[in-house]
Amino acid sequence: MKIGVCLKQVPATDSPLKVKDAVTGVDLAGVKMQINPYDEFALEEALKLKDAKVATTVIVYTVGSADADARLKDAVARGADELVRIEDAGLADADSLGLARALAAAAKADGVGLLLCGKQAIDSDNAQVPAMIAELLGWAQATECDKLELSGSSFKAWVAAGGGARDVLSGALPAVVSTDKGINSPRSPSIKGVMASKKAKVDVRDLAALGLSAAAVAPKVQLSAWGAPAPRPQGRILQGSAAQVAKELVGLLRSEAKVI
Amino acid sequence: MGNGILVIAEHEGGVFKKSAAELVAKAKALGLGPVTALVIGHAGGAELGGFGADAVLTVTGGDTSRYSVATYVSAIQAAIAAVNPAAVFASAGAQARDGMPRLAARLGLGVGADVTELRLDGGALVGRRPLYAGKALADVRVSSSPAVFTLRANAFGVPASTGAAAPVSALAVSVSGALTKVVDREAPTSSVVDLTEADRIVSGGRSVASKDGYDKLIRPLAGAIGATPGASRACVDAGFAPHSHQVGQTGKVVNPSLYIAMGISGQIQHLAGMRTSKIIVAVNKDATAPIFQHATYGIVADMFEVGPLLQAELQAALAG
Ligand SMILES: Cc1cc2nc3c(=O)[nH]c(=O)nc-3n(C[C@H](O)[C@H](O)[C@H](O)COP(=O)(O)OP(=O)(O)OC[C@H]3O[C@@H](n4cnc5c(N)ncnc54)[C@H](O)[C@@H]3O)c2cc1C
Ligand SMILES: Nc1ncnc2c1ncn2[C@@H]1O[C@H](COP(=O)(O)O)[C@@H](O)[C@H]1O
Repeated sequence: MKIGVCLKQVPATDSPLKVKDAVTGVDLAGVKMQINPYDEFALEEALKLKDAKVATTVIVYTVGSADADARLKDAVARGADELVRIEDAGLADADSLGLARALAAAAKADGVGLLLCGKQAIDSDNAQVPAMIAELLGWAQATECDKLELSGSSFKAWVAAGGGARDVLSGALPAVVSTDKGINSPRSPSIKGVMASKKAKVDVRDLAALGLSAAAVAPKVQLSAWGAPAPRPQGRILQGSAAQVAKELVGLLRSEAKVI
Repeated sequence: MGNGILVIAEHEGGVFKKSAAELVAKAKALGLGPVTALVIGHAGGAELGGFGADAVLTVTGGDTSRYSVATYVSAIQAAIAAVNPAAVFASAGAQARDGMPRLAARLGLGVGADVTELRLDGGALVGRRPLYAGKALADVRVSSSPAVFTLRANAFGVPASTGAAAPVSALAVSVSGALTKVVDREAPTSSVVDLTEADRIVSGGRSVASKDGYDKLIRPLAGAIGATPGASRACVDAGFAPHSHQVGQTGKVVNPSLYIAMGISGQIQHLAGMRTSKIIVAVNKDATAPIFQHATYGIVADMFEVGPLLQAELQAALAG
């Protein structure tokens, strides 16, 4: 079975980001980029299935410009086989549904039997693309999965059910599974993998190659008026013995902050 | 173009979540027409009238006893067909993250995710939402009809009920095309509210030093004020707390009235998950820890010394 992984490059979590202006949004010039942390779990899950000989080929998909190729090659260094990058002017302002249409079309064309995604891209913070792909393909879905078992063409997935509960879902492949922390520990690149990544080719596809028109991916969600979060008001350090500050804090929480 | 707002009112075994009242009240306050609450898996909901619901639609029977994506999508699809709303609101929690994108893809709708503010601008709804884990904010507009928004819990507030009752009617829904089956449910590790919905949180850092340290310092302190226990990633990675407890950019994004950080340094990834908390209390023995730059109240001390004293003071205050 071919297994697909949707992988997005995002600003490194420790980068302090600045909003350039209200129209452009965040200034990414010179910002260090990394694989979306949740997509690392998706990639690792695919690689584990390859180690277990369940997957024959691991294909990594991204929608983005050529500067994402470095992240795709990072995936080869860990063991991914094929790289697909979808780029088209029609996707420049794509919303989740547009991205999902492009990724769904590519995965379908390649005959992928399981598509693994992260639960959320930590830049757009939408948590929408995986379930949208599942619907567009008419496939089963498992959202925020932290344990996955495959047996033949059926799967069991442990997913968040709200309130800290977990549901155990069973279904048949093909499916889209979005991965959460806890599902695995992503591996580091191997030396062999790093060598392979230097020669790795990226298969670049545009909308026409996917059989899609720009109109089909036209965004219905628009972002504007970008700004920075308001700074928090200056706080206060309480002084005195442990017993004194504990007492003072409770008084402040009650009478000043009014939260208890 | 539709009329009014359809609100997905979540409940747990027939008890409405705080977010149900919060969303209904916000929908009403926007003045975009009638507010219809959709209740899946429970026959009641008249009390939502007290927060502004003009009508309640209930879906029961079949496989509605617990959440499933097929039921969720079918029920909302049927409600949209029945009500023809201009907008659909859901709480930005586990159910909406699983089901709402699937519905949106089915109907070709746009979803404005996780908004913390909503206003009307020339008749159109405009949300404001954090992006890049709260390092930036932007307005979000949705051009589909209906427009879908998911609202962050605790961002809008719950007014007191007027006591009014809303008319409740049953909505017939046929659920088809279930591709997965819930074969088991693992109960939550504790009975407290989920971090993302919690109004009070007490989190512990790596320096709790052991699972025992977490269980003896953080959990009882949280328990004293009915707070949900949270943790830094370093605390989770060390195995002192389960990963579901992680607060931060790659954990839960939380929005409580009170966030108490015990022995947490306040790295950028942790701040990303809790910086919108209304009141932040930091206890850290290092006066230069970055968390103090964000704290409303800071205590420079050993948390193992202050923690139990604080717990006793809180218990006394709440008892008195
Ligand atoms: C990709 C990525 C994603 C990440 N995502 C997250 C995330 O989602 N959430 C998250 O939290 N982190 C995240 N991190 C990790 C983050 O960078 C920090 O490493 C982590 O938050 C530190 O946790 P900590 O504050 O418990 O530990 P430390 O930074 O080690 O701080 C411990 C603090 O405890 C104090 N202390 C020690 N003993 C005591 C005592 N007895 N009493 C009082 N204070 C004491 C110390 O002064 C210190 O300030 C992420 C990192 C990466 C690279
Ligand atoms: N541009 C993209 N390219 C590839 N995968 C993506 C892209 N955007 C989102 N995804 C996938 O969808 C998941 C959820 O993203 P989102 O819905 O944007 O939060 C991510 O973790 C990725 O696996």
